Amino acid sequence: MAAPIPHPAPRTRAAGVRVEGVNLSYGTNHVLKDVNLEIRPGEFFAFLGPSGCGKTTLLRLIAGFNQADTGSVIVGGEDISGLPPWKRDVGMVFQSYALWPHMTVRRNVAFGLEERKLPRQEIEARVERALDLVGLRHLAERRPSQLSGGQQQRVAVARTVAVEPKVLLLDEPLSNLDAKMRVQVRRELRDLQQRLGITTIFVTHDQEEANTICDRIAVMSDGVVQQVGTPMELYERPANLFVANFLGTANILEGRIQGQGPDRIFNIEDGIVLPIPPDAVVPADAKLVFRPQDAALDRVETGAVPLPGTIAHREFLGSSVRYGIQIGGTEIVVDTPFQSGNVLHEPGRPITVSVSPRSALWLAS
Amino acid sequence: MALALSRPVPRSHLSPGQLLVAGAIAAFLLLFLVVPVATVIYVAFTEKGTGAFTLVNFLDFARTDLFVRSFWNSVYVSGMSVVWASVFALPLAYLTTRFEFRGAALIQTLGFLPLIMPPFVGAVAMQLLFGRNGTVNLLLDDWFGVKVPFMDGLNGVIFVQSVHYFPFILINLSAALRNIDRSMEEAAQNLGSSGFRLFRRVVFPLALPGYLAGASLVFVKVFDDLATPLLLNVKDMLAPQAYLRVTSIGIADPMGYVIAVVLIVASILAMWASAAAMKGRDYATVQRGGGGLAKRRLKPWESALAYGIVGLILLLVLAPHIGLFLLSIATIWSFSPFPDAFTLAHYARVFGESSIYIKNTLIYATLAGLIDVVLGTAIAYLVLRTRLVGRHWLDWAATAALAIPGVVLGIGYLRTFYGVTLPGGTPLAALWIMVVLALAIRRLPYALRACYAALQQISVSLEEAAENLGATKTRTVRRVVVPLMTGGILAGFISSFSTAAVELSATLMLVQSNSDAPLAYGLYVFMQSPAGRGAGAALGIVAVLLVALSTFASHLVVERSQRAKGAAQ
Ligand SMILES: Nc1ncnc2c1ncn2[C@@H]1O[C@H](COP(=O)(O)OP(=O)(O)O)[C@@H](O)[C@H]1O
Ligand SMILES: [Mg+2]
Repeated sequence: MAAPIPHPAPRTRAAGVRVEGVNLSYGTNHVLKDVNLEIRPGEFFAFLGPSGCGKTTLLRLIAGFNQADTGSVIVGGEDISGLPPWKRDVGMVFQSYALWPHMTVRRNVAFGLEERKLPRQEIEARVERALDLVGLRHLAERRPSQLSGGQQQRVAVARTVAVEPKVLLLDEPLSNLDAKMRVQVRRELRDLQQRLGITTIFVTHDQEEANTICDRIAVMSDGVVQQVGTPMELYERPANLFVANFLGTANILEGRIQGQGPDRIFNIEDGIVLPIPPDAVVPADAKLVFRPQDAALDRVETGAVPLPGTIAHREFLGSSVRYGIQIGGTEIVVDTPFQSGNVLHEPGRPITVSVSPRSALWLAS
Repeated sequence: MALALSRPVPRSHLSPGQLLVAGAIAAFLLLFLVVPVATVIYVAFTEKGTGAFTLVNFLDFARTDLFVRSFWNSVYVSGMSVVWASVFALPLAYLTTRFEFRGAALIQTLGFLPLIMPPFVGAVAMQLLFGRNGTVNLLLDDWFGVKVPFMDGLNGVIFVQSVHYFPFILINLSAALRNIDRSMEEAAQNLGSSGFRLFRRVVFPLALPGYLAGASLVFVKVFDDLATPLLLNVKDMLAPQAYLRVTSIGIADPMGYVIAVVLIVASILAMWASAAAMKGRDYATVQRGGGGLAKRRLKPWESALAYGIVGLILLLVLAPHIGLFLLSIATIWSFSPFPDAFTLAHYARVFGESSIYIKNTLIYATLAGLIDVVLGTAIAYLVLRTRLVGRHWLDWAATAALAIPGVVLGIGYLRTFYGVTLPGGTPLAALWIMVVLALAIRRLPYALRACYAALQQISVSLEEAAENLGATKTRTVRRVVVPLMTGGILAGFISSFSTAAVELSATLMLVQSNSDAPLAYGLYVFMQSPAGRGAGAALGIVAVLLVALSTFASHLVVERSQRAKGAAQ
């Protein structure tokens, strides 16, 4: 795919996708709970969440393989909830690729175009173009079983984009590849999406994948969309504890909120107390959340109150050092950058931890 | 038999015991499979009297109208049986695997029933139900004034065979349909395909290997079957011709041997053709992910139509059982839609004077089953667990029996062992033990497969643990391997037993006296005279029950051993 494109990229009709008030149950198992989403035309969008949270179910709902109990799916302004899968024009790349073993690569890619009864010459031209797009023209006469995993994945993508669907759905497209291929292929996918300008929904349970290639992400847990935002928004301003925990490492300190107005304090444990900044919005049952790199050791950040702790253990990671620090009954981690010549703190040593009010998050579950 | 070894064969030292066992198996296969078949081929290619090589026998075959006609009749009957068997099997397989269908499991089970009855037994019942003066035609004549020649001439053979053998297609096709990864179908729908196009372009091609496997099996079985055409009085087919030549003209006449060679070649060709057609098409390993085809819900009118079709097919394929049962309790049943009155006298007769048939069957089938599992276990062990040079030859030889029709084996035994006489002057071929050996050879490939499966499931480390604790190879086999294989061995025994119990082709040639005859032979004798039909039907019902019970038992055994293994892991 790295090769320059020999043909002009096919123009796709980028369409927005709206999911409205969707509920879905398998028997008594309520899998999707009031899902509402707005995906913009041409956007690279991710459904991110732990396995079993309902991502595939939602994707298959958009493709028409699952029926919602309530709610609707709108693509390009048209409500497609009542259409069968073969009338939706929503292209899906399956996690297993689902390449038909009895057809060559070329026949696989031509399939959707043939179903659309296009003239033969146009089919041929578009198959060539789709294969060029993924750099597999030379393998057109092979059978899927004669291809590597990465090549199969590209054929699956080519087969779907060949029909120029309004929306491209990718269900964990990288999960069957080894770690090195995954990084390469995800870049290629992003590249391809940019060139085609096609609205794309990418399902993954891997936050790094979603962060690196997607414009916006919907974080899901237990059938509920927890938050929608760009990767940076989600990392910097997670809406709740789940999002904070799922995207990157987060320290969570529990405590009781006491006092009123400007005198509010966060009582972590007897003798360990933090003042809550007057302008902070703190939900009831909130916990103090901060990232490992947002805390300073033995140095007080402006406006911060240091917390007393003890170094429990230490991991040397090369560019940084990760300390496990015991504060009261909780262990947190703090990352400090490492430069040659630095002296490391020894385990067992008492130390103070300070978190600037800017980096402190007050989140409930 | 292609064997995928999932783990390296342990580098073991050959023990003298293993060599001895391998030698004994080789001798057995040589004596009772290779030599008889080779003899048949040899006779077909040599000049009578001089023993010189010649093709003249084949020229004679090609120049004799009767043989040429018989050949084409056999091809036609086998081909049409495949067609009709497909007509019965396709809707059942498709509807039960592809749609939400109440009673799908029951339908699949009922669909297997025809297999547990020898086809020639069904033939008599089919005559009574569908013959020129059978139930259906009498009713049709009454109501509409027409008669349909379901059972006339070759039609009868085709009808009986397709009803009998269609389960082979049903089993294979259903399994293939169930194995299709559901996303294969969804991907096609996602790209705009639906309905019959979807079936034609994606679903059926993916199920084709299973269909071909079943269809080729049906073709070969019908091509080789002797008893059904004989019982329907159709003589101008190949297998009956071979039998008639040898039994009426004598074992010296070369024509029987030529026909035997033609039968072998046709069997091999059909198997080869299906293997060639499937080459590179075994998709099971290519497909990933889970779940079979997505099951659809039927609309009410579709549902009614589907149940109507399924009901009709089931009624048809179960007709032989129903007819046979009626016949077994009827006093007189002829020229009337249904029997005149009912009686249990036939059963009394079967269990009284004719109980010798049942006794013989139990003895023969038990012995054949025992021989099969002993050979099967030993061959499986030698192939999977040792590096004995030439061990695969044992496997190949035993499996080659698949391609040898029963008639051919029977002729081979007659020719090979007739000249060998015992001290008392009886020819070896006349001994009842020959029947047992022929049955054992015929069933060996199936038992062997069961033993392979059982052994492959046992981890090598279990044996290594025993050796590590001081057990010798022989003792390890006895104390660890065989006990763990028990379930598989037993299943192999039962399947050999139950199919041997109703096998007739080879038996028909080898049985010399009524007192040595097994049930299938007795059935055949009974069914030939109108007066014997009631008793024959009763004997048929006994055979069906015998096979049904043992099939059920093997099912239980397999399930129990699987559960036990599951629990141990
Ligand atoms: N066909 C089905 N029938 C019943 N339950 C299902 C089915 N498919 C998925 N589920 C259940 O729905 C939940 C969400 O599944 P899924 O959407 O596959 O999760 P994800 O893709 O996020 O891992 C899981 O609890 C799963 O067990
Ligand atoms: Mg999933």
